[in-house]
Amino acid sequence: MNDMSFLERVGHYFDEIGLIRIGSTYAADIDFLIILVLVVVGVWFLLAEYIFIHFILKYRAKPGRKADYITGKEKHLKRWITIPHLMVLAFDVLIVVVSFQVWHKIKMDLPENPDAVLRITGQQWAWTFQHPGVDGELDTADDIFTVDELHVENEKTYHFKLEATDVLHSFSVPVWRLKQDAIPGRSITGWFQPTITGEFDVQCAEICGFGHGVMAARVMVEDAETHASWVAANTPVAAAPAAGQATPGTQ
Amino acid sequence: MRPIATTRAATGIATGKLAVWWVLASEVVIFGGLLASYVMHRLGHPEWADAAIHTDVRIGAFNTFVLLSSSLTAVLAHQAAERGDGKKAARYLYWTIFGAVTFLGVKTFEWYTEITHGYTITSNTFWSFYYSAAGLHALHVIAGAVIMAIVARDAARNRQLHRVELIGIYWHFVDIVWIFLFPLLYIAK
Amino acid sequence: MVEPAVDLTHGHPHEDHAHHGPQGIMKYLWSTDHKVIAMQYMFTGMFMALIGGFMAYVFRMQLAFPGMNVPGFGMVSPGEYNALVTNHGTIMIFWVAMPVLLAAFGNYLIPLMVGADDMVFPKVNRLSYQIFFLSTVVILASLVVEGGGFAGAWTAYPPLSADETYNLTPLGSTLWLVGVGLEFVAFLLGGINFITTLMNSRAPGMRAFDVPIVVWMIVVASILFMLSVGPLLAGAIMLLFDQTIGTGFFNPATGGDPILWQHLFWFFGHPEVYVVLLPAMGVVIEIITTFARKKVFAYRTVIFTVVAIGVLSFFVWAHHQFIAGIDPRMANIFTITTLLISVPMAELCFVYIATLYRGSITLSTPMLWALAFVAEFLIGGVTGIFLGAAGADVYFHDTYFVLAHFHYTFFPIAIIGTFAAFTYWFPKMFGKMMDERLGKWHFWLTIIPFNMIFIPLFVLGMGGQHRRIYNYEHFPELAIPWFQDMRQLATYSLLIMLGAQFIFFYNCFKSWRSGARASRNPWKANSLEWTTESPPPHGNWHPDDMPVVYRGPYEYSVPDREDDYWPQNEPALKGGPGE
Ligand code: HEA
Ligand code: HEA
Ligand code: CUA
Ligand SMILES: [Cu+2]
Repeated sequence: MNDMSFLERVGHYFDEIGLIRIGSTYAADIDFLIILVLVVVGVWFLLAEYIFIHFILKYRAKPGRKADYITGKEKHLKRWITIPHLMVLAFDVLIVVVSFQVWHKIKMDLPENPDAVLRITGQQWAWTFQHPGVDGELDTADDIFTVDELHVENEKTYHFKLEATDVLHSFSVPVWRLKQDAIPGRSITGWFQPTITGEFDVQCAEICGFGHGVMAARVMVEDAETHASWVAANTPVAAAPAAGQATPGTQ
Repeated sequence: MRPIATTRAATGIATGKLAVWWVLASEVVIFGGLLASYVMHRLGHPEWADAAIHTDVRIGAFNTFVLLSSSLTAVLAHQAAERGDGKKAARYLYWTIFGAVTFLGVKTFEWYTEITHGYTITSNTFWSFYYSAAGLHALHVIAGAVIMAIVARDAARNRQLHRVELIGIYWHFVDIVWIFLFPLLYIAK
Repeated sequence: MVEPAVDLTHGHPHEDHAHHGPQGIMKYLWSTDHKVIAMQYMFTGMFMALIGGFMAYVFRMQLAFPGMNVPGFGMVSPGEYNALVTNHGTIMIFWVAMPVLLAAFGNYLIPLMVGADDMVFPKVNRLSYQIFFLSTVVILASLVVEGGGFAGAWTAYPPLSADETYNLTPLGSTLWLVGVGLEFVAFLLGGINFITTLMNSRAPGMRAFDVPIVVWMIVVASILFMLSVGPLLAGAIMLLFDQTIGTGFFNPATGGDPILWQHLFWFFGHPEVYVVLLPAMGVVIEIITTFARKKVFAYRTVIFTVVAIGVLSFFVWAHHQFIAGIDPRMANIFTITTLLISVPMAELCFVYIATLYRGSITLSTPMLWALAFVAEFLIGGVTGIFLGAAGADVYFHDTYFVLAHFHYTFFPIAIIGTFAAFTYWFPKMFGKMMDERLGKWHFWLTIIPFNMIFIPLFVLGMGGQHRRIYNYEHFPELAIPWFQDMRQLATYSLLIMLGAQFIFFYNCFKSWRSGARASRNPWKANSLEWTTESPPPHGNWHPDDMPVVYRGPYEYSVPDREDDYWPQNEPALKGGPGE
């Protein structure tokens, strides 16, 4: 942790206090943005509350003292509203700029040439994961299908195609700060690159009916070796000769 | 007795007229939402043109003509009411109602033909929009005609003459909605 | 519904007022008096608040003690959990916040504050309540029909809400939709009344900027509602057809689009949050000025700011859909508009704080509620900024952070704001003073638990806990003990808060039975409702003695005047301090 710059350390704050781990390349960017907003609006918030409570305490009714007659048109008083509110605008711009950068990185500028492409399909109430298999190509006969268990290799860039068969679902992996709704009839492409190995929660983040609350899955982020052996062990038996043929049944 | 509140007019505009305009404002957004949804879908689905071919432009055009004429008689009714001629206003209103009934009759025939040819509200989303939008409009025509009948009955006895104008405003609105529906549902192929 | 002008000068004798219309209980059911209709709205809203609160109790118990037999309810199945959450949200917004703040106080205050004896369309007003009542029956029925209540969240996203094979509540979801639709119609009718009454039946002499801010706020809220609800009504018709006759407006298989509903919903949904916010903001400023004996800091600025908020609120809706699959470029635009809205909102908050400056503040119960509103709403407001930044919303969307954000806005509005209004106008409404000591107990025992419920939920949200999940034991990362402690803390606090409501009801009952009689103007306030008897008679004032207005409603502590208040209807003395 010591080789990180100050700004990077800020991005890792929630991880360090043990609230939520940083598990992907962009997770720290999001956390940085959150902390930036926290500081910016936090200062305003504390200031506003301070002045507010200060006024309440200071201007309590006392016998013999009458309140001042202030219309709000007085120039020297009015600027106490005008200037702060222009400053709020300036801080908004700051937040917007950083937010744009993060948003672009996560949702708009997908890295080209990913190491692998996955297909993730939500249905009531389970996730189906289609892994590319040994040949590294999706929609071939050696694809590995799993239910509620996603296997990926650490430090590799993945694209995923997110689909749904019935109602809306939302694929959310908190440690990666990844979330995307799945929509029936569409295929939405997104990306991630894990940075730590381990087993993490997937939550369905869009209500999808009776079993929404139990639509839990796990991602297994494995090092290269473990992942390779998982792939080898799970390649469908009949797959090897027929490689190259598209699997029917996926949209 | 009626509250004093109902008799004031701080804006200088009669309260009834204000209210009609606000009713129309809320109606505009209802139809606006429906039509905007339709247009967005239509742009995304060029193939709907194949469905739209089966709507009958001639019938639509005839109905447009009927509605426009009925708006004209509504204007004439208003003018008569302004002059205090309730009898005449009522007569014009009955003509407007006649227009509404003609419109609905033609519509019934049209829908009957389409449905018997197998184009129902569930055929595809174009037809769903077609029936929903035109149906919602037709409900407004019916409501308008009923209210107009009441207004006309009063007007014939020279009562509540100012209402002739109000129902006229509403009727123009119903007309204008149709002016949007006609090209969107019939002409755009 | 439209009546011709009547010659005002004839002046009708008072008896006309007293003896007309139906008598007895029917008098209350069929009354066109705005005050009676206000009470009907208020008690319906209060009743629904208890139901919404009970639902919160049930699902919070389930969250704190998963699988437990909840006293008063029983075991909570996943389907029931979803139905409880859905209807809790729906009821709290549409059957508590709207009817109480907008309809009840709108009905009660607008005619009294503009110096009229009733709404301009009393019969439409009555019809509005009757439709609302019907909608209440429908939504309550939807909870008990076969298959259970609707369980697809208050946002009712299709395809889940559109197809009974997915939601498993064929009747519940249709009744839910019909109930909400009817409720909208009721408020459209009510809104037309509010707007036209303000526009046309102001007392002689009352100019636009002499109108109390709360009236402005309620009217602007009504306009916002009217202009935003249309598309959703259209959407509701489409959804109803999808549910019942099998059209496919929102079904991708037949060329429909589920995202369309989200646009229609949020185009309404975001303005809607300001629809409920504005009346509460209005109530609060009335109370703050009265108990700080201060003029509003920059009255006109407040009005213009509110209009700006109203206009902007139509351009932020997609911030609820950042990750819903919309074009990512759209997210950029909506990030900008969303953050922009913080500027007028900040302005409004600062004005409220500035109004206290050099005031003479009395911390009575209504004032405590009003001040608490500002203090707590700020938390809700600033947390909205986290969500408005699309980059951060990727993480926060549909977590408990969002949940805590909007409870920190809604609770101050619907509960704190309501209590503020209720305790402030109670003397006017019932002619009795409320017990201050009980009122303060109730205040503290509501405010402290409120924070203890929702601050833990912020933390849980940051820890990655998602909404609408009935049992977190299925998620190892969320099943850790200190998270569970947080959930229990929230639930225990809720129990305390619910208990504290008995103090409130006891206080109401006791004050109504044996409280001190309220004078016409117990708070020494300026606006017109305080110039008539408490409670006001039918017709509000004697028809020959309708108020005439000489000045704005916030002339407190005017220099060179003996009294520190100056009622709007008091003619200026010759040679005395002018306007
Ligand atoms: C009345 C209720 C209410 C109010 C007033 C608000 C006010 C705001 N809301 Fe909130 N919101 C809801 C009710 C409300 N919201 C609800 C119910 C949901 C969830 C619906 C659901 O999914 O079920 C929601 C969800 C929600 C989301 C979507 C989250 C998600 O689902 O992913 C977003 C995103 O932008 C958002 C933003 C905002 C913003 C920017 C404001 C702004 O108006 C706040 C402005 C106020 C301030 C900013 C405070 C004052 C200013 C200062 C003290 C100055 C300092 C500030 C700066 C320097 C910026 N809200
Ligand atoms: C106005 C809005 C409002 C209010 C006041 C509340 C109040 C409360 N809410 Fe609710 N809530 C929502 C709107 C609201 N909520 C919405 C929109 C959702 C989302 C639904 C969805 O996901 O679809 C939600 C969801 C929601 C959840 C999420 C469940 C989940 O996602 O799994 C939780 C969890 O704790 C919760 C808790 C509470 C609690 C503990 C209260 C407590 O504060 C309740 C305490 C209530 C009282 C103490 C009643 C007191 C009032 C009176 C006695 C009446 C007085 C009346 C007069 C004087 C006239 N709410
Ligand atoms: Cu799948 Cu919720
Ligand atoms: Cu919003």
